[in-house]
Amino acid sequence: MTDTLAHVAESTTQPHHTAGERRHTVRNVAVTVLRLVLCLVFGLPLLFMIISSFKPDIQIFSDLGSVKAFLPVGDLSFENYFGVFDRVPFAQFLLNSVIISVSTVVLGLIVNSMAAFALSRLQFRGQKVILGVILATLIVPFETMALPLLWWVNTLPFFDVNGFSQGWLDTYQVQIVPFIANAFSIYLFYQYFDSIPKELDEAATVDGAGWFRIYRSIVMPLAGPAVATVAILTFLPAWNQYLWPLMVVQSEELRPAMVGIDYFKQLNVSWGQIMAYASIITVPVLVLFVAFQRSFINSIASSGVKG
Amino acid sequence: MISRTIKRLAATILVAATPLALAACAKGGSSASSDSAGGGTLTMWTHNAGNKNELASIQKIVTDFNGSQTKYKVDVQAFPQDSYNQSVVAAAAAKKLPCILDIDGPNVPNWAWAGYLAPLEGMDDTLSKFLPSTVGKYQDKIYSYGYYDVALTIVSRKSVLKKYGVRIPTIEQPWTAEEFDAALKKIRDSGDFDYPLDIATSFTGEWWPYAYSPMLQSFGGDLINRTDYKSAQGVLNGPEALNWATWFRSLVTEKYVPLKSGADPAKDFMNGKSAMLYNGTWTAVDTRKKFGDDVVFLPPADFGKGPKIGGGSWQWGISQNCSDAAGAMEYMKFAAQDKYVAGVAEATTNIPTTDAAAAQVKGYEPGGENDVFREFTKTFAVVRPETPGYPFIATEFTKTAQDILNGADPQKALDQAVKNIDANQESNNYFE
Repeated sequence: MTDTLAHVAESTTQPHHTAGERRHTVRNVAVTVLRLVLCLVFGLPLLFMIISSFKPDIQIFSDLGSVKAFLPVGDLSFENYFGVFDRVPFAQFLLNSVIISVSTVVLGLIVNSMAAFALSRLQFRGQKVILGVILATLIVPFETMALPLLWWVNTLPFFDVNGFSQGWLDTYQVQIVPFIANAFSIYLFYQYFDSIPKELDEAATVDGAGWFRIYRSIVMPLAGPAVATVAILTFLPAWNQYLWPLMVVQSEELRPAMVGIDYFKQLNVSWGQIMAYASIITVPVLVLFVAFQRSFINSIASSGVKG
Repeated sequence: MISRTIKRLAATILVAATPLALAACAKGGSSASSDSAGGGTLTMWTHNAGNKNELASIQKIVTDFNGSQTKYKVDVQAFPQDSYNQSVVAAAAAKKLPCILDIDGPNVPNWAWAGYLAPLEGMDDTLSKFLPSTVGKYQDKIYSYGYYDVALTIVSRKSVLKKYGVRIPTIEQPWTAEEFDAALKKIRDSGDFDYPLDIATSFTGEWWPYAYSPMLQSFGGDLINRTDYKSAQGVLNGPEALNWATWFRSLVTEKYVPLKSGADPAKDFMNGKSAMLYNGTWTAVDTRKKFGDDVVFLPPADFGKGPKIGGGSWQWGISQNCSDAAGAMEYMKFAAQDKYVAGVAEATTNIPTTDAAAAQVKGYEPGGENDVFREFTKTFAVVRPETPGYPFIATEFTKTAQDILNGADPQKALDQAVKNIDANQESNNYFE
């Protein structure tokens, strides 16, 4: 009897099990195909850029109509890379971009976290209004502010080792300072700080800590994911700056890498060199992302920022 | 693991940033002012960053000038061409224009009217020897001059034209509209090419008015009435303009040209995708390299009023806010010598503006392989309208021509363009 029942059970559950497995397999295949398609959509342009950087201009275009555009076939060489270094002061541009991006990130982390801390932890009148005004600036595109900003930075004074000067045009600081304070970064920090229990502040206050001590020793050490997110989200636009440097930088020795791509757009465009240059200036961003990929994803997930 | 990574990130950034931020501030203070900063230094801006040959030829003139006297020193700052205009306009807004700068020819009237440029005094005799299309004028005053011009041409191959029995046109006997259409039809019907002609519709910006308004002018139309530069009524929407628009659209409907060319039509031509290429003489070097003696540079077709090509390329002028205009003028006069015209034209392989310079540049001497380009410019060049409203007209024409190619009703599109252009001229009080 038991055997019979077992047999019946086996014979009735077997088809269900198979169908479930099949459904699972189909879902796996669909997900894999979807992932593959997404990989291709985002990866192929990068692959095309890198592969084309090794091809002569005329071959880039003759390969365009076929899959060869994505394959390292034909007349491959480093000629375009030699051309890039011959045509553009690449090391200088790269250094400028590093100076501008890293300075913007570091100063941005300090300023924006402090602003967010004040808004999140201190009690003062107009707190919500200030936060609202800061958030409202998010909807103003940079392009609409570019000209007034240009006028403004052109009238600002500056004092350094060379003495007093007026007007910030054609300097490093004009490429850094306007982008330090950032509404989105302040909001990210604010949101994260708000999730840290205020009891910690109270305990620290009892122990004699002031606001700066609470900021430096309690809140910031707990805000690692927010720091990573803001660092990367500040670095990318700083590295990709194009319009603003065009407007405010005149000397070649102060130009960032992104503007350098215009050097190749003459009447006869050097497509291979453009691809080589684009490959080189993309590498630092890719390396940064890959190196900190895990913490970036985790921090975005934990700070509730989703695209 | 994560916190260790974040700590590492923070430490890396901090370590890197400290010296960099210090360097940034130190460097920031050392940058020089962009206009003539006293002490006889004249700042010069050029669009030649990335174009080593042309930049070197300009630098040679500057070095010679600086060595020829001790009163002034010209300091060159080079910008990439693609973003040069934005840089100049931004500098003008900040009142930081340099003393000497180069300008794309069609922008000269607008920049003169806007107060960016000062007239060039006392150069009339020298510049009378320059090709008219290389001298920038506004309201009877000269504001700029260029060392070279470029010409539009139809590039093809003798072997291809011979194969399809198409006559090779000359300056004296260009193709008629019917001959041109017949040639396009014959090549299209052969099926040997993706398209018989590529007119580079993928190019953006100034290309559209530069390349396609001469076709309109050959039909008998124009961008604006040039008697007083007040209205486009009748010239941009009259029967001649309508004929142009109808023909222009037919290029696409008849599959003579691609609606949207590839990113680089010259490369497509060299790869055998098109039989003919409508482009500038800057393609000559590469196409000769590819096809040797087989390549041929043809005048554009005559649609009724003779073949026309665009005139005016990069030119040099001085800014109105230059604090040492006398020094800038001294440079401008020094730099207008034939040997410098020849030097820059040779470096760019473009058309030298004076006869004396042409005789010094290999290929442009009478009978040389490039002499035909100079003849095209001398015979067919039409400068773009010398009105400060030109940038608006250019944008409006580009939009209209694109609409027409895409199938808009030609008459309606042209009427709308006229309405917009006239409104702009009027709202600016006709730039008086």
